Amino acid sequence: MVTQEKRPEAEVEPVEQIVEALWRVRLRLAWSGFKRNWKLFAENKIGLMGLGIIIFFVLLALAYPVMRTWGPWQDGTIYDPVIGYDAPVEDFEIVETEAEVLDPDTQMDAFTAQLWCFGAVAGDTCSIPLQPAPPGNGHILGTDPLGRDIASQLTFSTRAAFMLGLIAALVTVVVATTVGSIAAFYGGWIDSFFMRLADLVLLMPLIPILIVMSGLWEVTLPRLGVLIGILSGFGGTAIVLKSQALSVKVKPFIDAARVSGGSNMHLIFKHIVPNVLPLSFLYMMFTVTEAVSLEAVLSFFGLLNVNMSWGLMLQTAQTQGYLRTGLEFWWLLIPAGVAVTLLAAGFFFVGRAMDEVVNPRLRSR
Amino acid sequence: MAASNGDARVRVTDLEKHFPISKGLFRKSTDFVHAVDGVSFEIKAGESLGLVGESGCGKTTTGRMLVKLDDATDGTIFIRDAETDEMIDVTEVKTKVEQKEFRKNVQMIFQDPYESMNPRRTIFDIVAEPLVVQNIGTTEEREERVIDLLRLVGLTPPEPFLFRYPHELSGGQRQRIAIARALVMEPAFVVADEPTSMLDVSIRISIMRLMLELAEKLGVTYLYITHDLAVARYMCDRIAVMYLGKIVEMGPTEELLANPMHPYTRALLSAVPVPDPSYKRPDVEIEGGVARAVNPAPECRFLARCPFAVEQCRTATHPELYDRGSEHFVACHLVGSDGEWHGSERSVLELRS
Repeated sequence: MVTQEKRPEAEVEPVEQIVEALWRVRLRLAWSGFKRNWKLFAENKIGLMGLGIIIFFVLLALAYPVMRTWGPWQDGTIYDPVIGYDAPVEDFEIVETEAEVLDPDTQMDAFTAQLWCFGAVAGDTCSIPLQPAPPGNGHILGTDPLGRDIASQLTFSTRAAFMLGLIAALVTVVVATTVGSIAAFYGGWIDSFFMRLADLVLLMPLIPILIVMSGLWEVTLPRLGVLIGILSGFGGTAIVLKSQALSVKVKPFIDAARVSGGSNMHLIFKHIVPNVLPLSFLYMMFTVTEAVSLEAVLSFFGLLNVNMSWGLMLQTAQTQGYLRTGLEFWWLLIPAGVAVTLLAAGFFFVGRAMDEVVNPRLRSR
Repeated sequence: MAASNGDARVRVTDLEKHFPISKGLFRKSTDFVHAVDGVSFEIKAGESLGLVGESGCGKTTTGRMLVKLDDATDGTIFIRDAETDEMIDVTEVKTKVEQKEFRKNVQMIFQDPYESMNPRRTIFDIVAEPLVVQNIGTTEEREERVIDLLRLVGLTPPEPFLFRYPHELSGGQRQRIAIARALVMEPAFVVADEPTSMLDVSIRISIMRLMLELAEKLGVTYLYITHDLAVARYMCDRIAVMYLGKIVEMGPTEELLANPMHPYTRALLSAVPVPDPSYKRPDVEIEGGVARAVNPAPECRFLARCPFAVEQCRTATHPELYDRGSEHFVACHLVGSDGEWHGSERSVLELRS
């Protein structure tokens, strides 16, 4: 027999049984690969923070259905995020003139009181429904200017935000990976076509495009997700993935696979795509960030056909004139605004940490 | 170890590959690198031919054309089908069925054991890939076949290797895997593109021994591409020396090494290290470096560097490669039809001493 060189230092595992099903072996390999990558990921504090934020929002999204089956929140007429209505009533003592109002929280002059209690005179008590109502009275985060529960809206919208992000990210990954790999593999005019298309998409201002789209077309959340996915997938992400695919394409293992008899599709989808995929996942994270913030922008302009979303909560505050009131009506602005920012940041942080896993050059050690 | 039945396994005639330089969008390229320029040779069944030459002389391009990784610009390549015993014209292989048939017959071992394997696939996937692509056998059969092959290439016990990733193995082990991958289809002809040049010297010999052993066991015919004459001597029955896209000398290994005729071959031989401290290296005044074969002039390719060049070399076209006795082919104006040297006497004496 031929002289045998030494084994590498790694321990030779006990002989695997041939009878062991192939899928179980693959599952175990995938698991050990995941564990290895997790170790690298876990070294990054920012990534863990991002993951924590995402998990928090997942819990928030799960909290909505749970919350609605429990206690007072079962009441759909009060706690429904879209059609619920509840306005805690506050009593005001009516005095003669404005000058006599000593405590504006409990007193009101007769002239102003005509708005709510027509015909009221000094000495009467006028009951005014509070809209928006501050936190309290069974509404953890108060109610919005239309008397709807903010907490309910916030948790309800989380699910929509995740759905939007997921759709956008999946569409981006599929489109960008395919376009990038095919452009890199075939080169020539196919490459030129997709890369010029990408330049074009990059040149187009995203928000105005989406504004025009929403005018021409009824844009719902899933459609918005697909739109963002396509624009991002044919745009910058495709260019990045193409350059990665280009560096994979010239590796000798592509030639080896070709000599084995692999067709072009085999080479692209079995050899190039798996080597590009880690980078795709990274860009998937950034797309989620983009989608969540774009949704907020478009909803804020009132251009999306959605029942309730974080952006729409801000829009309600704006159209009712509460946007520039500072922090007096903070519960109208802070929860939704912070939610958009945090979720977008969470995915971005995870993306950054994944970048370091995928890209050893960025690792600090 | 000469051919048993004398018929050619591979026959290459006037093979050419020209690469265009900077092709513009509307402008047709006028400058071509003549990477391979009229190469002809035959390899008999069970024989192995060594293709020797310095970097950039076109040996790898020749190998790539034989396995159809590059298409030839001109010339023909015939490879005998192991099953039907018919010669397949490689340049005519176009349809998918023909491709499949062709791939069963011809495989390649690559130079770089680190880059020639997809880092995201396991050893089993890598070795079984030709079987999967060609849809041969069930998963269990493939697994058995891969285990057999791993044992054959000396990775024993094979089971622990099956589901490792390439980066977990050493260079020598990887090259064994590469050999296993090339042999999994039981090809009759394998192009080995410097399979040992990236390995440690200590591992090199075991890989070469393995390849020889497998050639004997499985009846594989090799085209062995190398720049190392010592390796070629160990591995090959015949050696062809290439220079700038042309074969300048070809013959049985020992005959060629003992009696080199072309000035370039002699220069190559004089550069081989000799394990003897008292050995005095004969000088060959080869001038300059290897030229680029861009639109080469019709005269002898070696003219610019040849220390023996005479007027005839400057005026005549590139010399024909023909037999100067005992199957020793040389392309040089200064070598007579029976192998005698017509060049400067002093240099010959010096070279042969």
